[in-house]
Order: sequence, then C-alpha cells, then structure tokens
Amino acid sequence: MQEQLVFVRNQMLPPEAPPPGQKGITRWMRENLFSGPMNSVLTVLGILAVVWLLMHILPWLMHSVWNANSLNECRQIIQERWGEGATGACWAMVRERWPQYLYGFYPRDLYWRPNLSLLLLFGALAPVLYSSLPRKMLWITALYPATAFWLLWGGSIWAPVVAMLGFVVLWLVFSVLQPRLGVPVSAGIGVVVASLWWLFLQAPATDLLQGILPLSLRPVGSRDFGGFLLSFVIGVTAISASLPMGILLALGRKSDMLLVRTLSVGFIEFIRGVPLITLLFTASLLLQYFLPPGSDFDIILRVIILVTLFAAAYIAEVIRGGLAALPRGQYEAADALGLDYWQAQRLIIMPQALKISIPGIVSSFIGLFKDTTLVAFVGLNDPLKGITTIVRADINWKGIYWEPYIFAGAIFFLICFGMSRYSMWLERKLKTDHR
Amino acid sequence: MAFVQDAPKDSFRLSMLIYDTRYRSLTIQVVVLILFMLFLSWLLNNTIQNLAAKDRTFDFGFLLSRAGYDINQRLVDYTNDSTHARAAFIGLLNTLLSAVVGCVLATIIGVVVGVLRLSNNWIISRLMTVYVEMFRNVPVLLWILLAATILSETTPSPRDFRVTPEMEAADEAPKASMLFGIIAVTNRGTDIPEPKFCIGKPREECDADPNEGGLGTIDLGIFKVSLNLLALLLVFGGSIFAARRLKQQADATQDATGVRPVTWWKNLLILVLPSAILLWALGLHFVVPELKGFNFTGGITVLHSFTALTLALALYTAAFIAEIVRAGIMAISRGQSEAASALGLRPARTMRLVILPQALRVIIPPLISQYLNLTKNTSLAIAVSYMDLRGTLGGITLNQTGKELECMLLMMGIYLTISLIISACMNIFNRAVRLKER
Repeated sequence: MQEQLVFVRNQMLPPEAPPPGQKGITRWMRENLFSGPMNSVLTVLGILAVVWLLMHILPWLMHSVWNANSLNECRQIIQERWGEGATGACWAMVRERWPQYLYGFYPRDLYWRPNLSLLLLFGALAPVLYSSLPRKMLWITALYPATAFWLLWGGSIWAPVVAMLGFVVLWLVFSVLQPRLGVPVSAGIGVVVASLWWLFLQAPATDLLQGILPLSLRPVGSRDFGGFLLSFVIGVTAISASLPMGILLALGRKSDMLLVRTLSVGFIEFIRGVPLITLLFTASLLLQYFLPPGSDFDIILRVIILVTLFAAAYIAEVIRGGLAALPRGQYEAADALGLDYWQAQRLIIMPQALKISIPGIVSSFIGLFKDTTLVAFVGLNDPLKGITTIVRADINWKGIYWEPYIFAGAIFFLICFGMSRYSMWLERKLKTDHR
Repeated sequence: MAFVQDAPKDSFRLSMLIYDTRYRSLTIQVVVLILFMLFLSWLLNNTIQNLAAKDRTFDFGFLLSRAGYDINQRLVDYTNDSTHARAAFIGLLNTLLSAVVGCVLATIIGVVVGVLRLSNNWIISRLMTVYVEMFRNVPVLLWILLAATILSETTPSPRDFRVTPEMEAADEAPKASMLFGIIAVTNRGTDIPEPKFCIGKPREECDADPNEGGLGTIDLGIFKVSLNLLALLLVFGGSIFAARRLKQQADATQDATGVRPVTWWKNLLILVLPSAILLWALGLHFVVPELKGFNFTGGITVLHSFTALTLALALYTAAFIAEIVRAGIMAISRGQSEAASALGLRPARTMRLVILPQALRVIIPPLISQYLNLTKNTSLAIAVSYMDLRGTLGGITLNQTGKELECMLLMMGIYLTISLIISACMNIFNRAVRLKER
C-alpha cells in the first residue's frame, strides 16, 4: 500500500514567456486598435483617412519651392522638377513677403524697434510668468508699456515719460491718503488727480521737456502697422489691461451694493451679448460721435480700447466662476481675522479664485489673440486677411490660396497651442490639493 | 458693580459717511451714481453736438424708405423696392439660418468627436485630438476664408458639366459630374434638389409654377407661411405626443408588472407613418437641378458664402463642443458606472440611464454658451460677403443712408436680444436640472 506514487513539487517553475498574442506590439495592437469588431472597423477607417490625407498633402509638401519670384515661376519649377501635372507648395511667397507678414508696412530701416520691443516683452513677461525669478525684475514689467509705446510709435520720449509720471502721481496720492481715508476713497482721489495730470499737464510738460532736451525717434503712423506686429500689439495690450478690469468687474458683480452690481451686470451682459465685430465698427464709426467734437485719436488705440472692454467682460465672467467656486468658509475666515474688504480680497480670496480660474482666463486670452484678426474689417492689416489680401492682389502672386492661410494659421497655432500648454503646466504647478 | 453700557448714540457726523460701514456703501453708491450720470450726460452731449456739427438728425425714419439694393439670399419675399426694415429682416433671417444650421451641425460633429476622443482606440482618439487642437488654436476667420476660397477656386464651372454630342460620340465623360446625380457643386454655388408639392395636377404644371404648390401659403403680412410645412409640423407634433403617451403606458406597465413591453417598432410607426402619408398625399417630389445653357436651373442654389460660413463655424465650434462633451462625460465619477453595472445594467443602458442624464447637467450650460458664440460669430459673414444682418443693416443700408449711429445701435440691439433670449433659455434649463440639495 505504501507503493502509492506521491509527487510534491518542491521548487518553483520558471515563469513561461507569455503567448505570442499577449506581448509586445501584438498585444498593444489588440488592446488599442482591434479590441472588438466596432473598434477594428474604426481603426481601418482611421488608417484609411490618415493615408488619404498623407497621399494628398505629402507630395504637395515635398514639392515645395522656396526660391521664385512669382506663382507662375513656382509652377514652372515644379513642372520641371517633378514632371507634368505635379502640384507643390510655393513657399517662395512666404520668403518674399516674410517682412510684411511680420511688420506690415512698418518702415524697413526701423525694424529694430519692434524687434527690441519684442525682446523687452520677454524680459517684462518673465518675472510675471516664472515666480522663481528675482522680484526686482518686475520694474522692467512696470516700465515696459511706456518703453514699448515709444519704441513702436516713435515721437518724443517725453510723452510716455510724462504719462508714466501720472502713475507715479497716482501712487503718491494713494500712499499719502490711504492710511487716513482707506483704500477706495484714496484710490478715487488718486485717479482724479492723475486724470487731471494727464488731461492738463501732459501736453505742456511734454513740450517743455522736449524743448529742454529734444530726444525723439522718427514717428511711425498707425496705418503702417500690420502683420503679427499688429496682432501682438493689440493682443498683449488688451490682455494685460483686461485682467485687472475683469477682476474689478467680477467683484462689482458680486458686490452687495445694488447700483454697482447693476452697472457691472449691465456692462458685462451688453458686451457679451454683441459680436466683437460690432464693437470694432463702433471703434471705427461711432466713437467719433461719442467723443468731444474735434477729438480724433489713433485707430489702433481705439481698437485696443474696445477689444480690452470686450475681453474684460469675458474675464469677469471667468473670475466670477472662480469666486463662486470658493467655499463660503474662506470669506468667513477672512472676516474672522478682521481683514477689511480689500485685504481679504488681496490676501485670501483673489489668490485662490484666480488659481481656480486660470484655465478659463488663458482660454479667454487665446480667444482674444485669435480675435485680433478681426481688425482686418476696420481697415487694419492683420496677418490673416489683411496681409493675405495684399499678397493676393499682387500680380505675381495672384491665385495663391493655400500657402498664405496655412502659413498664418501655423503661426497662430504655435502661439495659441503654446499658451494652452503653459496654462496646463501652471495649473499643475499651482495645484495644492492632494489627490 | 460693573455693567455694560450701550454704546453711546452718537449724533451723525459727516465723517461717518466714509468710516461707518452702515453709511459707507450708500456713500459709494451715490458717488458712483453721480459719476455715471455725469458720464452719460457727457456722452449724450457729445453725440448731440457731433450730430449737429454734421447736420444730421437721429431718427429711424429711413427704415421705411426704399432700400434699392438686391440681396442674393432671401428666405422670404424681397425686392429692391422693399424697405430698409425689410432688408434688415432678411438679413436677420439669414443670420438665424446660418446660426441654426451651424449649431445643429456643430452639435452632431462635436458630440461624435468628443465621444470618439474618449474611445480606447488609439488611432481614433489621436486623430480626434489632432482635429480638436487644430481647429481650436487657429482663428475662425481662417477657416471661413479657407472654406470660401476652396469652394470658389477648386470647384468646376457649370460648363464643365456639359456633355456635348461629340463627347457622347467618343464616349467621353464630362470634366465634372453631379454628386449622386442630384447635387451639383459649381463655382457659383451648390445646386440641390428643391421639394415641391402637387395635388391633383400633372407634375409638369406644378413644376412650372414658381410657388411650392400643395396647400399653398398664407400671407401673415410680414412673411408667408407654407401651409404644407405647417400641416407637416402639426402631424409630426401629434406623432410625438402619441409616442409620449405610448412611453407613459409602457412605464405604467413596467411599474405594475416589472416587464417592459416592446415598443420600439410601435414608436417608429407612430413617428414615421402619419408624416409619410401626409407627404405622399401632398404630392411631395423633388425637382433636380438641370444644366440649361450656361447655368443650372431648377432646384435650390445654396450660395458658397453661406456654405463656407456655416461649415467653417460648425467645424470650429464643434472642436469646442467636443471638449465640453469629453469633460462632461469624464466628470461623472467611475462609481456611477460601476454602480450601474452592479445593478445589472448593460453598457448601452448605463450610458442612457445613468451617465448621460448626469453628464448633460455639466454639458448643457457651456454648450449653450458655444451656441451663443456661434450665433455671434455669424457676423464674420462680412469676410465672405454673406448678406446677414451686418451685411444688410450694418453694411449696405448704413453706407447708403449714412445713418451710422442708428444702424449700429439697432444692430447691437438685435444681437443683444438674440443673446439674451438664448441665455434666458439657459437659465431656465439650469434651474430645471440643478441638483436639488437640502
């Protein structure tokens, strides 16, 4: 009876390699491409679509011509190189019109001025975007608007200097009065004094200083601005001016004061209810009715003002969402600490509300930057329609239609895509919850 | 003995207007009101002065004078003898047409793309990501211009469709042919079949009649309403009502017995059959566009400006809608679908009964604001010379009469009204689907 065979394995089997269908690329494909009949059909359709697109686009891109003087020459070169009936991209147009796409009709010998402004813009933006940089660099940011204005439009250096002095006056008045009168009253008085400064002292002071020390650059008219220079000028100015305005509007909309709330809601709903084009037409057609007779100021400035108002209304709504998402406890805690309204906003509410609204704010910015192309309809040369129309009106480039749009679109894509990735990065960086 | 005394009742001092929180908000509001009134009167004063300086008046009387220009797309009757108000109305209808068609298209594309982006199929989700990023990050103006250029420059001219006797003899195909034999895309527009109705008459007679036939139309003064369409809407509305009743009955049966009766074929019959019978009785048929001479006749010509604008807006907005749909579905926690599985619901039912109702609450508000954006973006019609509200009232009328102030204010007012109506709908919906807590 003891003869029974007993087998007890006393050592581990070496692990078997997975079956061929369960490893490597095969497994990946089974899981991600052919997990079911529906998915397989979709995959095949997707591959077909990609192949079809590539078959149409690739040869066209491969047959690019970079050196030619006209569309006909381009086509000839393509026919010669790749035979009868071949089509190709004629990037020679971009090569020839590159300066126009960037600067519009800005005088050629003065290109260094927008270039320098752009360089300084990075210097001004860096301390705002990256908090690890020294805080002293914020002075560059503060001085940037006046510098860029002077560089781009030229004229006497004293005009922007005196205008900046207005802000200094505002700050002085505010800091002298603030301990005695509180934030709103002293800010109000400061704004009034600064406005008086700009209204009555700006011109004589500029003339006086210019008389003492003539320092000026050759003036450039607004109509000469164009291309991406114009988009950047309008976009950057409107973006930076609309954020503080949007914050104020959002606070106004949440305010307990009936009148302030009504005015804010009315403004926001009005601006959000009409298309940007009507506002741009307002800038070009109606502003002359609303301003004192005889006052006629720059078209770009008019457009910037209305685009800023437009963006501010949208940003106000985004920030209102952020404010609404904050738990009530935060407001109550601020009250319990004895902070007044502005301290509570500055130290407790806004940092959190703004953090929550970052994605919304950035997407408003992207929208705003894309919308700068609409200035073409009030006669400015935006890079998309304005410059392309000029190019296509040229006898040499008549009939070209893919290349200008693809080129301008690609640049817009790079900028907007970059902005949205930056906002994602910022969101991750500022995320403080532990999930 | 210590006791607490009431705070002394101070007499009112002027400084309390600023320092006392009871009065401060009042002070600020009064100051704001004064500033606002000053600003308004400044604006009004300037406007009056400027109008006087240009020797102009502010009145809307010009709206009733003869417009004198033609509009190439009219949904209701209009000739160049009509008034400016009528022209503005035509423009408004064109704006609304483009907006409605664009919204429907954008929703369909956006939902499909949004769902496909969540699919576990690698290649499909990547393709959809490319689509979304490409369309979101480029100005919509580019898509409109590109669509318009492609439509006008790459399409054949009507004479390319012609088959000459020589070509027939040589058995040669013409350069261009119609899509499915009924749609002709030429460089002048897209010709599509036109629905016509015909009761008790030979078909040729009906086709020769420019009116749509059938029950005819009634004139409402401002525009004519097609009785055929009205009848169809009535019958279809009745069908929907009947289908609702059927669903209620099925629900009642399910509640009573626990077994849901099979209703899908009854539903289909109720929804389709009455309308189909009505259409057959009205003699619905389609007039296919035909090449006669140098152009296509018969059928409806859809202008390329309309196609380009609507298509580009729809594709652009669809990219945003796709993101909204994706975010909405992802916002529903996994626990919900797991709970549904635990209850024994199949995936399709889980989607329909558990995920979608909750996701819709997240999806609908931003979706409607996208509709709003699309509607406002139709004003980009200016880029392709589509005669929308801005093209008529804010374009030709403005230029002809020189009434900039009136035209722009009226146009803004109309857009504002549309937007406010849409956002009012959104608020009503939001209130209806809000989570009822506490």
